[in-house]
Amino acid sequence: MSDPSKGGSQTIVPAEPASHRRESPTKEKAWEEQTLAPTLEKSPERQSEFTTISNYPVRRLYTPTNLADWSPERDLGYPGEPPYTRGIHSTMHRGRLWTMRQFAGFGAAEDTNQRFRYLLAQGQTGLSTAFDLPTLMGYDSDHPLSEGEVGKCGVAISSLADMEVLFDQIPLADVTTSMTINSPAAIIWAMYLAVAEKQGADWKKISGTLQNDILKEYIAQKEYIYPPEPSMRLVIDTFEFGVKNTPKFNTISISGYHIREAGSTAIQELAFTLRDGLEYVEWGMRRGLDVDEFVPQLSFFFNAHSDFFEEIAKYRAARRIWNKAMVERYKAKNPRTWALRFHTQTAGCSLTAQQPYNNVVRTALQALAAVLGGTQSLHTNSLDEAWALPTEFAATIALRTQQIIAHETGVTNTVDPLGGSYFVETLTNEIERGAWDYIEKIDALGGMVAAIERGYPQREIAEASYRYQVALDKKEKIMVGVNDYVSQEKPLDTLQIDETVAHRQAERLRKLRADRSSDEVARRLAALRKATKSKDNLMPYIFEAVKSYATLGEICDAMRETFGTYEEVAIT
Amino acid sequence: MPDKKIRVLIAKPGLDGHDRGAKVIARALRDAGMEVIYTGLRQTPEMIATAAIQEDVDVIGLSILSGAHNTICPQLMQLLHDKGMTEVIVLLGGIIPEADVAELKKAGIAEIFLPGTSTQDIVDFIHKRVPQTS
Repeated sequence: MSDPSKGGSQTIVPAEPASHRRESPTKEKAWEEQTLAPTLEKSPERQSEFTTISNYPVRRLYTPTNLADWSPERDLGYPGEPPYTRGIHSTMHRGRLWTMRQFAGFGAAEDTNQRFRYLLAQGQTGLSTAFDLPTLMGYDSDHPLSEGEVGKCGVAISSLADMEVLFDQIPLADVTTSMTINSPAAIIWAMYLAVAEKQGADWKKISGTLQNDILKEYIAQKEYIYPPEPSMRLVIDTFEFGVKNTPKFNTISISGYHIREAGSTAIQELAFTLRDGLEYVEWGMRRGLDVDEFVPQLSFFFNAHSDFFEEIAKYRAARRIWNKAMVERYKAKNPRTWALRFHTQTAGCSLTAQQPYNNVVRTALQALAAVLGGTQSLHTNSLDEAWALPTEFAATIALRTQQIIAHETGVTNTVDPLGGSYFVETLTNEIERGAWDYIEKIDALGGMVAAIERGYPQREIAEASYRYQVALDKKEKIMVGVNDYVSQEKPLDTLQIDETVAHRQAERLRKLRADRSSDEVARRLAALRKATKSKDNLMPYIFEAVKSYATLGEICDAMRETFGTYEEVAIT
Repeated sequence: MPDKKIRVLIAKPGLDGHDRGAKVIARALRDAGMEVIYTGLRQTPEMIATAAIQEDVDVIGLSILSGAHNTICPQLMQLLHDKGMTEVIVLLGGIIPEADVAELKKAGIAEIFLPGTSTQDIVDFIHKRVPQTS
C-alpha cells in the first residue's frame, strides 16, 4: 500500500490548465503557514491521526495537489462509458431507480411466501430469498444435524414441493428473484427453474440472481460442502447452463458482503471480491466459454458499511478495476463484460443490540452511500436484526428508508454527485491502488483457490477483525450505545421461530417420500451420480432429479459420494 | 510456583459458519495469557464434550448466532454432567434473546455474553471464576 500522506506525485498533466497546477501547491503552503499553523497552535485537533473505520489514514484537507496525476478524461470519464467510475448507465438513477430488494426468509415456505407477498404489496420491486442453515448446508429439514436450525436463519427448502409453496401466486415471469444459496446453488436454481416452467414462464425472459459464490464461503462465511475443485466445477456448470438457457439470469453474485462482515477492511473486501471474480472468469474461460458471453451474467454484491466516503470510493474503484481487468487481462470486447453491476446490503455487523432504534439511522446513512456509489440494487437491514430476523414492522421501516432516499433527498436527481470531489477522487484512487496490490499478491500465490488453500485471505481478515475489536475495546473507535453513550432500553419484540416449523417440515418430507415415485427418484439420482464422475455439465441431471422430487439432501448426498466434503484448517 | 495457565476450549456448535466472534475471543483470551483451543466449525455437543475432556479445560466458550442455542446448550450440559465434567465453566456468546437467558442459566450456562461485550469483560469473568494457582 502506498503511503497516502505523501500525496500524489507532482507530474504535470497537460490536459489541466497549467496555471492551476502551478499555483495550487504554493497557495496551499501559504495557507498552511498563515492560517492553519496558528489555529493548531491555539487548539490542537481532537486526535493526532484520523482514520476510516478500516483504519485507513485520512488527511486534513484534500486539494488539487492530491489529484496532480489524475486525469478526468482517463480516470473519471462519463457515466455509461469506461472506466465507469461515474456509474454504468448514462442516466443512472434519473433513468431508473435501483431495485429495492429486501432479503427475507424464515420458517417454512408458506411463512416466507406470505412475507414476500406483503413486501411486494408495500412497493418492493424484487424478491430476495434467505434460506435456513440446513438448506445452505445441503441437509433436509429432518436430518439429525438440522435439529434446532430449521427455519431459524431463513426459509427451509428441502424439495421442489417446498419451492412450489414458496412462490405460490408470485408470477416468476414478472418478478426478479435473488437467491442467497451457495454450495447447493445449482439444486435450488433447478427448483426455481422447475417452478418457472410449471407456471409457463419463459426461461429466456426470467431474471434474477443466484448467489452461487463458493469462493467467499471458503474465505468468510464458511457454508461449504465440497472441496474447491468440484465446487468450482458446479459453478462453471451453472454459467454454461445460464448462457444457453437463461440469458437474463445472473448466474452468480460475487460477494464482498460476507468478507466485510467477517471483519475485513474496505480494501480487502474490494480486492478479495474482485480477485474472486477474476478466478471465476478464468475457470469459465478454461471451460471454453466466451468471456463476452458469460461474464455479462456475472454480478457483484458489496457491503455498505458506516464510513460514508470510504464506501462510496470503494464502489467507484470497483467499477474501474473490473473494467481494466476485463479489457487488459481477458481482451473483452463487449461493454456488458466491462461494466460491473452490483447489489448492496447495509452492514449487518454495524447494527447494535443496544439502543436498537439507532440502527434505523445507521442503515439510512449506509444506504445513502450505496446510492451515491451507484448501486443497481439495495437491501436495507431492519433495526431488530442484531437480535433476530426482522418483524414485519421493522422490515417495513427498512424498505421505507430506501423510498425516502429515492423520493425525498434529491440525491437521485443527478449522476455521481460526488464526482470531482478532491477527497472522493483521491480516496477512489488510493483504494483502487490498495486493491490492485492485493490482487497482484493473490496472482503471485497462484490465484484465489491456491490462496484460500494457504489461508491467506482468511488470515488477513482475521487480523483486521481483531485490530478493530482492540480499537473498540480501547475506545479508539466508537460504537454509539456500545462503548460510549450507553443507556438502558427495554427489550424489543422480536420474531420468534418455534420448533413447530421443524415438525411441519418433517411431516411434509415424510409425505413426499411416500407419495413420489421412488423408482424415478432412484433412477435420476443414479444418473446424477454417474455424471459426477464424467465431465458432463451436471445441471441437466440435477434438474431431472429435482423434478422427480428427489430432496435437496438426497441430491447433495449423491454428489458428496463422488466429491467428498471439505474441512478447513481453522485459523485463529 | 508459577500460575497454571487457564485452559479454554472455544467451540462453534451447529451448522453456522460465522466464526468472526469465536476467532476474536480465542485471540483475546490467548493475548490475556490463557491456553486456548479452538475446535473449528460445526461441532456437535458430543464432539465438544469429548474435546473438553481430552484437553482438560477449565472453561468452554460457545459461540452461537443461529438461534439453535436452546437445542444445543441443554444437550451439551447433559453430556458434560454424564461424563462427570461438572467443574467446567461453560460460557455462551452470540445472538441470544433476553427471554432465553434465564432458562439457559438454569441449564448450567455460567454466563451469557451478548453482542457488544468487551473482550476485557470476558477475561475478567474467567479470572474471577477460575482459580489460577495449581
